[in-house]
Amino acid sequence: MQQTNLTINGQEHALDADPRTTLLDALRNHIGLTGSKKGCDHGQCGACTVIVNGRRINSCLTLACMHDGDEITTVEGLGQPGNLSPLQSAFVAHDGYQCGYCTPGQICSATAMLQEAKDGWPSNVSDDLAKGQKLTDEEISERMSGNICRCAAYPNIVDAIREVAEGAEA
Amino acid sequence: MTRHLVMDEPATKRVLDELPQSLTGKPMDRPDGPEKVTGTATYAHEWNLPGTVHGVLVRATVPKGKVTAIDKDAVMKLPGVLGVFNDERFLRNPAQGTANEAPIQGPDEIAYLGQPIALVVAETFEQARHGAHRLQMRYDVAADGVFDPEATNVPHERPEDDQLDQGDLDAAMKQAVSVVDQVYRTPGHNSAAMEPHCSIASWEGDKLTLRGSYQMLNYNINELADSLKIDAEDIRMLSPFVGGGFGSKLGISAEAVAAAIASRELGKPVVVALSRQQVFETVMRRSESRQHIRLAADADGKLIGLGHDSLVSNLPGEDFYEPVMQATHFIYTGENRRMNMEVARVNRICAGSVRAPGEAIGMVALENAMDELADISGIDPVELRKRNIPEMHPETGQGYSSRPFAEALDEGARRFGWDKRNAKPAQTRDGEWWIGMGMASAARVNMLKEAKARVTLNADGTATVETDMSDPGTGTYAILTQIAADMLGLPGDKVETVLGDSDLPKGSGSGGSFGASSSGSAVFLACQDIRTQLAQKMGMDEDDLKLDGGKAGDMALADALAGDAIVGNGHIEPGETSKDKRQATYGSYFAEVGVNAVTGETRVRRLTAVFGAGRILNEKTATSQCYGGCIWGIGMALHEELLFDTRDGHLVNHDLAEYHVPVNLDVPQIDVHLLEERDDWASPIQAKGIGELGLCGAAAAVTNAIYNATGVRVREYPVTLDKLLDQLPE
Ligand code: FES
Ligand code: FES
Repeated sequence: MQQTNLTINGQEHALDADPRTTLLDALRNHIGLTGSKKGCDHGQCGACTVIVNGRRINSCLTLACMHDGDEITTVEGLGQPGNLSPLQSAFVAHDGYQCGYCTPGQICSATAMLQEAKDGWPSNVSDDLAKGQKLTDEEISERMSGNICRCAAYPNIVDAIREVAEGAEA
Repeated sequence: MTRHLVMDEPATKRVLDELPQSLTGKPMDRPDGPEKVTGTATYAHEWNLPGTVHGVLVRATVPKGKVTAIDKDAVMKLPGVLGVFNDERFLRNPAQGTANEAPIQGPDEIAYLGQPIALVVAETFEQARHGAHRLQMRYDVAADGVFDPEATNVPHERPEDDQLDQGDLDAAMKQAVSVVDQVYRTPGHNSAAMEPHCSIASWEGDKLTLRGSYQMLNYNINELADSLKIDAEDIRMLSPFVGGGFGSKLGISAEAVAAAIASRELGKPVVVALSRQQVFETVMRRSESRQHIRLAADADGKLIGLGHDSLVSNLPGEDFYEPVMQATHFIYTGENRRMNMEVARVNRICAGSVRAPGEAIGMVALENAMDELADISGIDPVELRKRNIPEMHPETGQGYSSRPFAEALDEGARRFGWDKRNAKPAQTRDGEWWIGMGMASAARVNMLKEAKARVTLNADGTATVETDMSDPGTGTYAILTQIAADMLGLPGDKVETVLGDSDLPKGSGSGGSFGASSSGSAVFLACQDIRTQLAQKMGMDEDDLKLDGGKAGDMALADALAGDAIVGNGHIEPGETSKDKRQATYGSYFAEVGVNAVTGETRVRRLTAVFGAGRILNEKTATSQCYGGCIWGIGMALHEELLFDTRDGHLVNHDLAEYHVPVNLDVPQIDVHLLEERDDWASPIQAKGIGELGLCGAAAAVTNAIYNATGVRVREYPVTLDKLLDQLPE
């Protein structure tokens, strides 16, 4: 058993778990936060995306015990029914999902992605690596391509993110 | 009371169009949306019952043979391990959709590599996974496994009811002015729903509760009962949220039975989730196909002959085969016809329903052949299709119910700007990209299934809709809410829809695109039942009852109810209208692609699709379904392919890193347009199915556009760059 202290959505948790426990399984099986999903357990789908110290990561690809002292934000920390974050509302309004299973990962990923773009990070489709990028549809799509949606709500996901990105700019 | 309707007559009274309210059809947000976007929707794995222990399946490492020994003792000694289970009731194959009985059981008889054999249960997931990796099994390996459906040593069967020989196709081919005679191949596909299959079993005495991820509880409960040899009355299944199905969760799979057996023995809740690799290797695959298409056309491009022969595969003993020619039978004319189905029996993963079984691949090959015919005959592809729309079913002589096929073709061409296409291939360049346009028709059979629902008009003037129906992302929560709201004159937020509980009235299940129209009709009938009772209670003629904005006439509904709730039951069954008319849904796809002249990579630049599916129940969720279908089409055209090793039948690319489904950047913004249509023959709400139509031909629009861009015809899907590279024009 391994003792790990995690701050999740602003709350401290003392986790006592098998060292083989992934961060994703710790959240889902030990802490009872099942918002983060397991689509592949191998870093191939993005359903498990959470935000660790401000950066999006695949929580299935990292062990919980490697995160002692880390700040973790999951989809539950972004908003709740009745108190949705701008991205959560936009996903509902634009039908940015169907089955909803990839959705928490998409929303965590998009939340961190908007910040990355704001901070001037380039992507694979950016023309210029040094200059900040305007979030065109192509930029949004590229930056969200680590989050698979088998229902294929991609056009609506892009609409939802674009709306929030533009709202933040205005 | 129950309002029961057998669909023997067309529903010419369009009740939903006559109501004062018209929420049905509107792009209402899904009521289940806030739960989905906040991670509070409860999927199968997420009930966190106290004391739950974890199970991991162990599977065959040989393709055929018998299990002779399982070394349970060594694994039982590992920390945390509670049990190693291997039971003759374990499922060898998953259940086919609507099976309603146990699938093939007996895990010790191995029919394919990766078949589930045993379950290791431990206190934690990590311990169970370790135990599963460590479990040693010994086999008596059989040498007579066969793995290549096209190999000569493989037994082939010809299902009797899928053989057609009408007129003289050979003579028509000789007599024709233009002919196409080509073989197309499509590979196997996996549904790859994002939520891996999972079941939590818990027992109280003899009563089993199974929380699973299933599309059709109405059938699943009987499949589970029959597999476990217990009564269905002793089982409750819960599936309020299903993280995608696409056919893979139509029938029960191995984890459900294994969890139930282990839980019974251990006296604790047991959760068994499939890994992604196990989803690929133990649930349904779509069969690969070899399709031989022959088209014989006269000087006007009118078909005088149409041949479509298919070879698909499945495990020995499975009745299901991919019904490849399903739409070919009715979509185009041509009096001389031959369509023969052949099924190869191979030791590969079970083949079953993957979204739009039949049309998903059959329409694609047919639409490629039609494109070749257009090219050869010099007739515009849109015009060619319009000339071949039959007046009557070319085989049965049936008429058609509502069929806005030509309209979909014209409207799609108009929206896309088809008139700008250069019919001559390899003429347009944009930098290093060859640009081309292609189109294809869409068609899918329409079905109505028996369904029941209960609606309660509560004393406070709100309503509750209840059925065991599922919502695997299809929008069931939304559309049932909308229908009930309109029928009872309530705002959408005054209606609560409860789904996915087998204790509720049996709906149709979600599959074959019939879920919305069937369950929607049951809800519609239940509301009619309420309206009758309410009119009686208010002492008025039902025709005079006006329900709108939470009021009955001028009276608030709660006052009209005077403290009593009214319960309405609805029950729909298919009837003569399914036989009187060929019912189907139609559409068109128009694609623009760029093919990279240097690398051979194809990018879809634009996609326009127009669909007619009867009354649209929710424009937003229906459009999303169509996006999904079209994007599956892009995947089929360019990426998706199950690769089997022909030496032992093992699936080489068994996860999302190796089996490539489209990602966000693979997909352009898509223009989906839904036609205004009512089909009185289809259902009392004039709706048909739309969940699969988006896929039924879509890939052909992309590959036809690749031909237009480059002049290269690839007849083996998917069109990966290696198949284009050495043939690209200079
Ligand atoms: S579950 Fe972590 S990337 Fe798929
Ligand atoms: S909403 Fe179903 S996988 Fe994205």
